Amino acid sequence: MKAQGTVHKYGDNVDTDVIIPARYLNTSSHKELAQHCMEDIDIDFTKNVREGDIMVAEKNFGCGSSREHAPIAIKASGISCVIASTFARIFYRNAINIGLPILECEAASKEIKSGDEVSVDFDTGIITDITTGKTYQAEPFPPFIQEIISDGGLIKHVTK
Amino acid sequence: MGMTMSQKILAAHAGLPQVKAGQLIEAKLDMVLGNDITSPVAINVFNDGKAVSVFDNTKIAMVMDHFTPNKDIKAAEQCKQVRQFADKYDIKNFFDVGQMGIEHSLLPEKGLVGPGTLCIGADSHTCTYGALGAFSTGVGSTDMAAGMISGKTWFKVPSAIRFNLINKPAEYISGKDIILHIIGMIGVDGALYRSMEFFGDGLKYLSIDDRLCIANMAIEAGAKNGIFPVDDITREYIMDRFKGEAVEYTADDDAEYDEEYTIDLSALRPTVAFPHLPENARTVDEIAPTEVKIDQAVIGSCTNGRISDLRAAADVLRGKKVAKGVRCIIIPSTQSVYLQAMHEGLFDIFIEAGAVVSTPTCGPCLGGHMGILAKGERAISTTNRNFVGRMGHVESEVYLASPAVAAASAVTGYITDPAKVCEN
Repeated sequence: MKAQGTVHKYGDNVDTDVIIPARYLNTSSHKELAQHCMEDIDIDFTKNVREGDIMVAEKNFGCGSSREHAPIAIKASGISCVIASTFARIFYRNAINIGLPILECEAASKEIKSGDEVSVDFDTGIITDITTGKTYQAEPFPPFIQEIISDGGLIKHVTK
Repeated sequence: MGMTMSQKILAAHAGLPQVKAGQLIEAKLDMVLGNDITSPVAINVFNDGKAVSVFDNTKIAMVMDHFTPNKDIKAAEQCKQVRQFADKYDIKNFFDVGQMGIEHSLLPEKGLVGPGTLCIGADSHTCTYGALGAFSTGVGSTDMAAGMISGKTWFKVPSAIRFNLINKPAEYISGKDIILHIIGMIGVDGALYRSMEFFGDGLKYLSIDDRLCIANMAIEAGAKNGIFPVDDITREYIMDRFKGEAVEYTADDDAEYDEEYTIDLSALRPTVAFPHLPENARTVDEIAPTEVKIDQAVIGSCTNGRISDLRAAADVLRGKKVAKGVRCIIIPSTQSVYLQAMHEGLFDIFIEAGAVVSTPTCGPCLGGHMGILAKGERAISTTNRNFVGRMGHVESEVYLASPAVAAASAVTGYITDPAKVCEN
């Protein structure tokens, strides 16, 4: 499985309240959630994001609330992969469970810049910044996690 | 090699004699929790998975606490969806308006969690129950759905950090000051993926409410769970409450801890976390008397809405007035806390001071309702998060503190040391 797209870059401790503010949690509609994704730290995100784009951030991405609405909003907005130095643990679990690919890679998270064109190979864990020509090695997911993601999430995986 | 308290509970529920950090296990769950925001997503997943039954209708709790009493039509629809699910599957611990309280106050109070319990909840503050010697942790809605169907979930066994809390807390030092101090010290990812285990002779001075507050905010340091050993204070609290069989787990003498910290509770000072992270801790001595002017004070939440929190606020507010221009909102966390506070006359103190008292709700903590901030406004709050936009406008600010500090600040209109208000 591969992904390629333009990077939207953020810093440390991107919390679930900015990924999807609680004022929009009165719905579980994926489409509605996507319309407000990242709006408290990047008001133009929903306008700029294109299907397949990649989100890159630094440490402790997705800290805070357990709301699964956060990875859902990111995935439904078109993002194909999130790369960070580290993820908060509930977000990490939720992302896998809903089939949003994520990778931990400190060097990539520090060096890749907003607007770069990046490709990711989930089988090998290789991240390539096409804009700068640099490559990075992330730990790839074991096959069973890759299968959950490619099936579209845990429930689809266990009921297929 | 020995095991930590957390590892022992996981091993017992996985049917294994021994587990070690990093091991993947599948464990049986004693309680699966959701609220009015996370349960609808879990119910959708449950239905998508074509599930037809729950594993045990007595081991699932659904608490309508976040946007209730319904703040708008969409919130009402979400509660309706959960209510119908609870009816259909005869969920015994469904708590609607009238019975509900803030989930992490309610479950311990109702005796649904206790020593040795393994609990997952689709709410990040599920880690609260570690105060009672339980292993409990927050998960997302898909994990909640899978837990409701199978009664099991997988865990990666966490390593742990040991915190030795020593000596008697100084005056006005509560569980909140202790945990804000710790998060200030280790950072919002200082315990990422790990357990925070609390020990030391200082524990005997910490009430269950203090411990619930400390375990509650373990997640704000990134921890998987926070846990306390069971002692007489725990045993007294669970007596006549806990419906399960209490199992007390102690850490082995040779249990391995990644790091160890010792905190002298007698040396702590009232502590405030500045925007926009819980790790931005400062003591009241580091804040000038008119440095931080506030528009609102919120006293409540799963962190600090219990009876001892309300008593601490009342001790400061007794015979005083909330400053002009400050809205002081007090939210007892459950119906029984509400009744108790009413019987003790605390509401007279609050209302005569010019504060308002609300029915239990998570409300303003997550910017839901009952106290939203306008652009540029500042709140001192006994809640647990001060992220950007957490309580309202993206340009508003939240300062986290104990009930005593919040009440004292409500009186002066600025973030204030409670000792300064009470000596006058």
